Amino acid sequence: MSTAVDTRPVHDEAEDEQILDAIRKWLERDVKPHVLELEHKDEYPQKMVEQMMELGLFGASISADYGGLGLSATTYAKIVTTISEVWMSLTGIFNSHLIMAAAVQRFGTEEQKRKWLPKFATGEIRGGLALTEPDCGTDLQAIRTRAVRQGDHYVINGTKTWISNGIKGSCYALLVKTDPEAQPRHKGMSMFLAPKGPGFRVSRKLEKLGYKGIDSAELIFEDYKVPAENLIGGVEGRGFHNAVGGLELGRINVAARGVGIANAALKESVAYSQIRKTMGKPICQHQAIQLKLGDMATRCEAARLLVEQAARAYDKGERCDMEAGMAKLFASEAAVENSMEAMRIHGGYGYSKEFNIERYYRDAPLMCIGEGTNEMQRIIIARQLVERNPV
Amino acid sequence: MKIMVPIKRVVDYNVKIRVKADGTGVDLNNVKMSMNPFDEIAVEEAIRLKEAGSATEIVAVSIGPQQAQETIRTALAMGADRGILIKTDTDAEPLTVAKLLKALCAEEKPGLVILGKQAIDNDCNQTGQMLAALLQWPQGTFASKLALSSGKLAVTREVDGGLQTVELNLPAIVTTDLRLNEPRYASLPNIMKAKKKPIDEKTPEALGIDTAPRLKTLKVVEPPKRQSGVKVKTVGELVDKLRNEVGII
Ligand SMILES: Cc1cc2nc3c(=O)[nH]c(=O)nc-3n(C[C@H](O)[C@H](O)[C@H](O)COP(=O)(O)OP(=O)(O)OC[C@H]3O[C@@H](n4cnc5c(N)ncnc54)[C@H](O)[C@@H]3O)c2cc1C
Repeated sequence: MSTAVDTRPVHDEAEDEQILDAIRKWLERDVKPHVLELEHKDEYPQKMVEQMMELGLFGASISADYGGLGLSATTYAKIVTTISEVWMSLTGIFNSHLIMAAAVQRFGTEEQKRKWLPKFATGEIRGGLALTEPDCGTDLQAIRTRAVRQGDHYVINGTKTWISNGIKGSCYALLVKTDPEAQPRHKGMSMFLAPKGPGFRVSRKLEKLGYKGIDSAELIFEDYKVPAENLIGGVEGRGFHNAVGGLELGRINVAARGVGIANAALKESVAYSQIRKTMGKPICQHQAIQLKLGDMATRCEAARLLVEQAARAYDKGERCDMEAGMAKLFASEAAVENSMEAMRIHGGYGYSKEFNIERYYRDAPLMCIGEGTNEMQRIIIARQLVERNPV
Repeated sequence: MKIMVPIKRVVDYNVKIRVKADGTGVDLNNVKMSMNPFDEIAVEEAIRLKEAGSATEIVAVSIGPQQAQETIRTALAMGADRGILIKTDTDAEPLTVAKLLKALCAEEKPGLVILGKQAIDNDCNQTGQMLAALLQWPQGTFASKLALSSGKLAVTREVDGGLQTVELNLPAIVTTDLRLNEPRYASLPNIMKAKKKPIDEKTPEALGIDTAPRLKTLKVVEPPKRQSGVKVKTVGELVDKLRNEVGII
């Protein structure tokens, strides 16, 4: 029944290294020196966004047929990890944008792909994914935003919240109900490409613990008219399928961010513990600190391997909902634990806003919530285990 | 005008190198390799000359093992047009490199060769000068600024005590200093496009150059560990230590 077309590219190690090298140079030169300031001012990194456009990141996973780079999930995950080691927030700016693009690429009509993807790929049009509503996130089928067809348009009313890139973006993959009475509920759901215009406004910027710099917003739709040609796939009732179809990749991405934060916390701890001395020796020679470093490093490796495994399965077109769930669960918890341990290792400096550690500590928990909470991941894993191992 | 840019694959500048236990050299196992930073500056300068309309083609050349091809790919992704790999597994000495490049210049006939002033692995600082001597071309070493006008190249050089500007007739040899420019990083689309740019492979034998080393490395050792300093309370104490303990005044 699905119109999904997956062009999943092969992936090439030497090319990965070149790509990561270019990204590391950018991070070193143009990102690292500015992170603390932008983070603490909660300022949108406009210049870095322009550099990300030049780098080609907004088209990273969009197929080369539509002007993107067509990178594999494996390569893409490495990029996300590398950037998250420096400033996780940046990855959100192109990540939810690419999930919107993936919805068009996998489920859109050929006409929609040709119209939208090249502009998404250059970053000329940037945006994100608008699923969550004030009273439902996990239970997406309970959404209330409503689209009613009127001639060659749909008229949309409702509220979305927590939408990443909500202020700075200009177009969103918007999940709505086209038939609120449908049973099962998901059959009444549809997804639209919703560019900003009359009837579509940002009501407020949401303040948050971490994930600074990137804008999270509440979006309000009041008699917002969208052309019927913006209905992804051209057929009503596939919205839920479109939304969950991107979840595996979304989970791999969030997991990759978790690996980045966990790695950063480890690297800074390894360095700091060699410099900081107490009782006449560097603290890395105290067993209490060694126990932490040992666990932190092991978590990083395990998380990275889980992400790689899920990404590889995804690239091969294999089923990977359980694998992506495990990667997401483990890597996000690794980020939380490592950032906490890094704070302990850094003592008072870990709590200081002049260091990066407190940022990792504030950013990490988001990885446990976004793209399906970790509670849901555990449930998915357990259900899969039972399904794949019937007695 | 065609610009030739020789580039060397070296241990990445971020890597803390280790000497092999048997003292025969530096341990290269699992060590990240990159383009010599001075050569990146050379590539960047060539690209800028091309962007300014002063050059028509940039040829990146590397002498080394098969993996040096990856270093050439980086230059191609930055903006060089094509690559030449002179394949050799012996660690070519500066004179050998200069001879190979001379032979290549005879084939390629570049109007300008831009090299790094030195490679960060052995810090020789010889190849550019040797190449200029072999070709009998003018040279502008340690360049911090290049200006090309009416067929002449003005090279501002960083010398002890200041800057010196020399004017060179072309073809010429330039070696880059750190302040010449800030090299760009390749964009991802350009990395993908670079895969389609051609890289020719040649051998030293085909160019008629003997690569056998003339120097023999006897031993490689780590520099002595720096001792931590001492704090002195007065100038008098400092002078006393310098005179009586260190013995330098
Ligand atoms: C910074 C940030 C950025 C975000 N960006 C976006 C975005 O760009 N687009 C977008 O659409 N959304 C976005 N979100 C929303 C995010 O996806 C949701 O917050 C998330 O899905 C959880 O939904 P909820 O907040 O409604 O929590 P709820 O669904 O209300 O969950 C509350 C708790 O109940 C648990 N729970 C729920 N259902 C079950 C169940 N069946 N069994 C067991 N436990 C359950 C959950 O695990 C959780 O612990 C963002 C959120 C944040 C914080």
